[in-house]
Amino acid sequence: MEITADKFDNKITITMRAKSQNESFARVAAAAFVAPYDPLLNDLTDIKTAVSEAVTNAIIHGYECNDGLVTLTFCSKDDEMLISVSDDGVGIEDIEKAREPMYTSKPEMERSGMGFTVMETFMDSVDVESAPGRGTTVIMSKKLANRAG
Amino acid sequence: MSLTSAERGVNLVISITGDIDQHNTEELRVKIDRAFERSHCKHIIFDFSAVSFMDSSGIGLLIGRYKTASAKGGTVAIAGMTNELKRIYNISGLKKIIKSFDTLENAEDRAASKLRA
Repeated sequence: MEITADKFDNKITITMRAKSQNESFARVAAAAFVAPYDPLLNDLTDIKTAVSEAVTNAIIHGYECNDGLVTLTFCSKDDEMLISVSDDGVGIEDIEKAREPMYTSKPEMERSGMGFTVMETFMDSVDVESAPGRGTTVIMSKKLANRAG
Repeated sequence: MSLTSAERGVNLVISITGDIDQHNTEELRVKIDRAFERSHCKHIIFDFSAVSFMDSSGIGLLIGRYKTASAKGGTVAIAGMTNELKRIYNISGLKKIIKSFDTLENAEDRAASKLRA
């Protein structure tokens, strides 16, 4: 899925090294992007958590904790947020299996296998584009709740 | 992120401050397991009142500690979660094995009474 800039009011792209210390930066960046839209605290937490899950997946699964680059793109159109997290890592062979709750390919790391479930629960939509050896892109959207409503 | 541990009778109280994510779960795991191993406690109670963020890495950490405590016949409880933290706790299915309490005192009483039962 191509994120075309002219369809959105705002767009910011950040590329970071696939280091776990950057997970907190990714969350703070997501929060800073969404903040001008005056989100409810729940929505802000949901977005930060979903971004944290996607970036963690890129680091530990995409790159298997080796070096690489993770690119985050934040887009907005009114109160609709679109966030993509992509890596050029190993890719996912079976996307459906990876999305199953409690499934993890890294039980030795005490992974809960809940990453995609968290993303799916906290965001309105989650699309995954991936193929073995061709990296992974996770595109998530969320419409912010109306404060007055 | 910082961690302190305190032995209170049968309960090992682990207080964590800051964010819990993949970056720091390994450090947390080592510190908690070491403290639990050295203690005479049966249960682990997490004081999460100063935890500002947790993703599914934290869920994995908690399930792992539940297994450790269960092996000693103990249990795990969480106290003081904010509403934001409760969102991930609620969807994770964790509540089936790890109870949540509003205050540390309630969690400690409950764990102690489970031991007596």
